[in-house]
Amino acid sequence: MADSIDQIFVNLKHWLVGFAPEPWQGLASIVISIAALMGVFATLFAVTTILERKGLGRIQNRYGPNRVGPFGFLQPAADGIKALIKEDLVPRSADKVVHFLAPLVLVIPPFLVLSVLPIGRNMTLVDFDAGILFFFSVGAIMELSVFMAGWSSRNKYSLLGAMRAIAQMISYEIPLILSSVTVIMIVGSLSLNEIVAAQGGFNGAFPDWFVFTPWGFAGFVLFMIAATAESNRSPFDLPEGESEIIAGYYIEYSGFKFALFFLGEYIGLFAVSGLGITLFLGGWGAPLSFLQFIPSWAWFFAKLLALIAVFIWIRGTLPRLRQDQLMNFAWKFMLPMTLLNIVAAAVWHFMLPLPAAARWIACSAIIIGSYILLGRGLMERRKIGRRTYRFAE
Amino acid sequence: MTISFAIIAVVIIAASVAAITLRHLIHCSLALVVAFAGLAAAYLQLNAQFVGFAQLLVYVGAVSILVVFAILLTRSGENPNEEIFSKTWMAGAAVVVAVLGVLVWAITNSEVVKREPSPATEVTVRGIGDVLMNRFVLPLEVIGLLLTAALIGAVIIAMSDRQERKMK
Repeated sequence: MADSIDQIFVNLKHWLVGFAPEPWQGLASIVISIAALMGVFATLFAVTTILERKGLGRIQNRYGPNRVGPFGFLQPAADGIKALIKEDLVPRSADKVVHFLAPLVLVIPPFLVLSVLPIGRNMTLVDFDAGILFFFSVGAIMELSVFMAGWSSRNKYSLLGAMRAIAQMISYEIPLILSSVTVIMIVGSLSLNEIVAAQGGFNGAFPDWFVFTPWGFAGFVLFMIAATAESNRSPFDLPEGESEIIAGYYIEYSGFKFALFFLGEYIGLFAVSGLGITLFLGGWGAPLSFLQFIPSWAWFFAKLLALIAVFIWIRGTLPRLRQDQLMNFAWKFMLPMTLLNIVAAAVWHFMLPLPAAARWIACSAIIIGSYILLGRGLMERRKIGRRTYRFAE
Repeated sequence: MTISFAIIAVVIIAASVAAITLRHLIHCSLALVVAFAGLAAAYLQLNAQFVGFAQLLVYVGAVSILVVFAILLTRSGENPNEEIFSKTWMAGAAVVVAVLGVLVWAITNSEVVKREPSPATEVTVRGIGDVLMNRFVLPLEVIGLLLTAALIGAVIIAMSDRQERKMK
């Protein structure tokens, strides 16, 4: 019974494909998978926007949207209709072709990278041998589309926003990839399915997820920080800092093109969270051994929603960084930490024959020691005392 | 020769022609990126996954940004008014034809053409990884060390610059 629910979507697809004539079955299978993936994640996008606005509202002591539908939960539909019927403004001096292409180029890569994520048992759309390589190489296209948007608008704010975004994305791509390298080293494979399989075991009731190892925990935290920066979310939302450069690279976009930017950003967030889940949180595996009867796809989406909740929470809590703080953090803290984390993972791997306690102590010592030394080193000659507040009288 | 190869080839050629004939430098560089992406698609179509991904990651992701930044930092954003082709394009064309002629002559007369083509092997990413990690592990590690040193060196250069300014 549990198995049939676990595989319900796989069986459903096979059943649907059965209706197609023989020579078209391969194509039908691909089309159904793609349509399902796009439909599910686009719906998740709509749900996330309303959850995010509600959540931020609660954090800021206000209601959030509550006019459309029960508790305002039909707000995304209203937003979508509004975006569709709004006038599409293009600045007169804008580069028309590039201005039109930029949102399209921005939306395609996030959907492409979704295809390699294992979202359930036997539920990977494309099982590449080098899935993670595909993820990062296709994700790199997004930087170019940001540039296209910022440059073609012929607006100095949008160009500034694009420059900030590109500098930030390039800087944080390095820690993002380097923190994933640890998992690749330990598993010995670039295939996302094999990475999930490597975390499939249970140690008593607890799973063998990589986040429960010293290097995995450090890697997960570093990965999530880099992922936040990569998807331009608060506190790394300088590229669109409203108080400084209005809306950054999509300042000159209106109507549905603006909605497309939003869509691309959120799908990118889902994709990179999905990669984090796959690498460190055991993919679609259950968190406790006696919870395995719950289907695998439900676990994947539960973990995804949990990570999104963390992202919303962080957005409501932390103030925006300054540009120099952002760069210093990436190059002087994140980069050395990820490099030392790779060393810690290597030590963990070569100490496998030794008892677990020795491994734990050695790896934790490397990570905590480097964290303290780096933190102290970056804090030199800076006095940290009690915070003082000044209020207008 | 399949349909997908024909489509990719047309895209690559059109983008390459656009890259040298368009007036605006940014447009040229964007057309160049399309050509890069087309090449990546061609590699993937030939089942060379690793080369295809590397092409995307390095050229579409990194080199294109470098090109675009270089243009933005060195030129003003206005359209250039001068001709795209220099006045001596006739001489250039003559040189191109001459070089092409020599190359074609050399290749058609060389021993390589007469050799039997080697049997096509299935090169997977797994296979490349195996070879890199076993046979060529030393060069790989040297390159890795070099790149890491370059990465840290870049950070150190940026750091010392700030300290000098403080001393002044």
